[in-house]
Amino acid sequence: MKFDNSVLNVKLAAARPNPWTNRLHLDLPLLGGLIALMGLAFVILYSASGQDLDVLLRQGGRLLLALAIMLALAQVHPDHIKAASPLLFGLGVLLLGAVLVIGDIGKGAQRWLDLGVFRFQPSELMKLATPMMLAWYLSEAGLPPRWPTVLIAGLLIVVPAALIAKQPDLGTAMLVAVAGSVALFLGGIGWAYLLALAVVLGATLPIGWFMLHDYQRDRVLTFLNPEADPLGRGYHIIQSKIAIGSGGIYGKGWLHGTQGQLEFLPERSTDFIFAILAEEFGLVGCVALLAVYLFILGRCLQIVTQAQDTFCRLLSGALTVTFFVYVFVNIGMVIGILPVVGVPLPLVSYGGTSMVTLMAAFGILMSIQTHRRLFPV
Amino acid sequence: MRGGRRSTAISDGLRTRHTPFDSRMFLSRIALCVIGMLLATGLLVARLVYLQIVGQEHYATLSRDNRIRISPLPPNRGVIFDRNGEVLADNIPTYSLEVVPVRAGDLKRVVADLTELLGLTEDELQRFNSTLRRSKPYDRIPLRLQLSEEEIARFAVRMPRFPGVEVRAHRVRTYPYGNLTSHVVGYVGRISQAEMDLLDRSAYSGTLHIGKSGIEKSYETLLHGSAGYEEIETDVTGRPLRSLGSVAPLSGNDLTLSLDIKLQKVAYDALGEHSGAVVALEPATGRILAMASKPSFDPTPFVNGISRKAYELLQQDPERPLYDRALRGLYPPGSTVKPFVAMAGLEAAKLNPAKRVSCPGWYSLPGSSHRYRDSFRRGHGAVDLRYAVTSSCDVYFYKLAVYIGIDKLHDYMERFGFGQKTGIDLDGEMRGLFPSREWKRRVRKSDWSLGETVISGIGQGYVQATPLQLARAAAIMANRGQVVTPRLVDTARAGGKTRDPHADDPRPPAIEADPKHWKLIVDAMVDVVHSGRGTASRIGGGLPFRIAAKTGTAQVFSVGQRQNYRTMKVKKKLRDHALFIAFAPAQEPKIAVAVVAENSGFGGKVAAPIARALITHYLQVPP
Repeated sequence: MKFDNSVLNVKLAAARPNPWTNRLHLDLPLLGGLIALMGLAFVILYSASGQDLDVLLRQGGRLLLALAIMLALAQVHPDHIKAASPLLFGLGVLLLGAVLVIGDIGKGAQRWLDLGVFRFQPSELMKLATPMMLAWYLSEAGLPPRWPTVLIAGLLIVVPAALIAKQPDLGTAMLVAVAGSVALFLGGIGWAYLLALAVVLGATLPIGWFMLHDYQRDRVLTFLNPEADPLGRGYHIIQSKIAIGSGGIYGKGWLHGTQGQLEFLPERSTDFIFAILAEEFGLVGCVALLAVYLFILGRCLQIVTQAQDTFCRLLSGALTVTFFVYVFVNIGMVIGILPVVGVPLPLVSYGGTSMVTLMAAFGILMSIQTHRRLFPV
Repeated sequence: MRGGRRSTAISDGLRTRHTPFDSRMFLSRIALCVIGMLLATGLLVARLVYLQIVGQEHYATLSRDNRIRISPLPPNRGVIFDRNGEVLADNIPTYSLEVVPVRAGDLKRVVADLTELLGLTEDELQRFNSTLRRSKPYDRIPLRLQLSEEEIARFAVRMPRFPGVEVRAHRVRTYPYGNLTSHVVGYVGRISQAEMDLLDRSAYSGTLHIGKSGIEKSYETLLHGSAGYEEIETDVTGRPLRSLGSVAPLSGNDLTLSLDIKLQKVAYDALGEHSGAVVALEPATGRILAMASKPSFDPTPFVNGISRKAYELLQQDPERPLYDRALRGLYPPGSTVKPFVAMAGLEAAKLNPAKRVSCPGWYSLPGSSHRYRDSFRRGHGAVDLRYAVTSSCDVYFYKLAVYIGIDKLHDYMERFGFGQKTGIDLDGEMRGLFPSREWKRRVRKSDWSLGETVISGIGQGYVQATPLQLARAAAIMANRGQVVTPRLVDTARAGGKTRDPHADDPRPPAIEADPKHWKLIVDAMVDVVHSGRGTASRIGGGLPFRIAAKTGTAQVFSVGQRQNYRTMKVKKKLRDHALFIAFAPAQEPKIAVAVVAENSGFGGKVAAPIARALITHYLQVPP
């Protein structure tokens, strides 16, 4: 065996100058980016909530919980995360099945599993478990993937996505599918396979369509064509565009956005919070927010390229790209270039579930970054 | 670039531990992702520039003038008519008091003030709060549904004090015939949360009511229609100034039922004070002419939310007025099954109808001393099939059932619809039961005993049927085998177009049988009414046509081996149910009827005159 690690050793030592962040397995640049983003989030949320301090306090509580989870996950060695991946994935699929069964009994849309003490959304777990499973499977199966591997990987993506789509929660199903597919893509899947998978996926869509209930089909149709629903989503988009456009370059000023403050804009503290930012802080504010996101993404990509084994590379890569997809899908929907999906603006929208999942993902990235071996073997 | 070199170095190390994984491939894929992300970000920025710089002026104007709200226009619910155009369910205008929470200011104070002004009840406040919890802040939430003129005036004077509170015109459902139609037409009620989850919210925005039972429920999708909307310009406080345009709502379908409300009233009145049910239908088509269940209830309080107390009272009533006996009441059909059992004997077991059986007034299975009694204790003497039907000889049918065997009997009775849903266009009908060995093994987990075959032959034991099933079986007999599916809705009319919602329904296959056999059984049923020895001969007089019929008496109370059943000594609740099936005129049937009168004793005495009343009314002869 031949090693050429002299450059690496020096570099690693230089990258970890601070002993306490070392011991806590924190990645300072990433943490800094996240804190900056959350500071911005609180400023916007205060305005979007109609200056409601209660809302800020509750969001602050969730943030602390999410940070604690991130910190806890950062302590777990990537090897252990890898070992836990298939278990977590299996558990998640079982829970999704359980939710569907309970949901069928209740006949309505059901996403929550009531565990007595707290309610838990298995589809949220799958946002992490699916890319973890794919990274585990592909790193075990050998790369680049060939036919049987690609088929099994495809199943590992389609099964959870289909179960979530049946809830019906198409937004989350799409994100889970994206997270898994990115892992497969980064794993070096050949372009021919990619094309074949796309064809197969296209062919299975109609079958899934026939498996849906009537009312679920109605929801899918509204999702694809919001203009058919002028009382609901079409109205959101019209009002949202007015809010953003009227913000101009510099915005109307904090707490001075008429669209938001006069409550023309529905869901303004959750899915449509970006419109509040755009109205009150204008193009400058929007670009600033995008810059913070890009900073976080940049640091994540650095972690991805420095990751030392296949599992870590695929997982960190998938989580990073998925994070961007969240940002893109939410903003794209608010500014009217994508259909309205129930995807919140990551770490800015009010609400706890997605925040916990996202911070858990950053915890995994920090673990990958801070558990690197000096001499990878 | 330095990053790239570093990673290559790492993967050199990895290569020894993992299957070959081309690091350059991974990095190129990451690079592709980065390019994709940058392009996507560029797209977002470009769109933002377009909206915020190019479109700034346009949107700023829109924003300044943004006083446009969208208000749903609920559709008119379809009206329900009987076959002669009598209105069974209508919409009449009414005024309600509604609150838009975001515009009302201090909601608690507003509600408190209105409570004082209009005397809102606890029920109304509770309903308001539960609606409030699941609605959006700019939704209208009803506080009181039917304002009197005086209340409107009282509120109008103080209106400026209540921004965000308004009086709105609505249409509310009424049922002109009340009790007469409360089971079959059903009623609407406020939409519950569970129902809301299954609905298309757009089509139902602004709609407060949904069908809860009967036709109102089963035909909800046709009756409801689809909501339209109006764009309304408002002032700064949100008060509407003018309408900018609207999309009209799509009214629901008007439904015309085959029901004849006059015949329905005859059925209802003829039942008198008996609990029970009457079903009448057109044999050739299966169209329901009357479908009454008694006791009944007033549907009006359900429309705007019945009070808890009134509802409990209805639910706890031992006579169960909310229960639709015609559709869901399961009764032992008793001797009304005999004509069908007779057909089963002729067709499925090659029974010789002329062969006589001696009836001493009881029957025992070989090797058993248990006596199955005949309702005529002295016995009928020697009886052939025709006389067995006419005189309702139990012993003949005990023997016949054993002769056919339970499984063959079950299969043949199923073709007449026993133990099968009729497929009527109403939700919630009961299936009933005609037992078989397989059924008993599956459900009761035990073996069939021959004694159970014996009593199945006279419609007792496990056998259960709804009045609707009995009427349909009578219709199939009237048709000499043509099976029909009972139907209530004849036509649905919307936007000037009338159509038959059942036009594409498949016609069920007929029961093929020897015409001589049909004739024999129908003649025996005619004898039931028109011969001196028939069990319903009391209703046979003074008619210009013949009625074919069969009486039945369903045991509720089991009589011991040596006891004597004395009607007057048995409590009313335990008295036998009187049953009757009939069709007329016997040779060209226009109407088939089934009557069940609970706890009223012998079928020929109570139930037969009820059926006669319906038949004479429908065929327009003096009763």
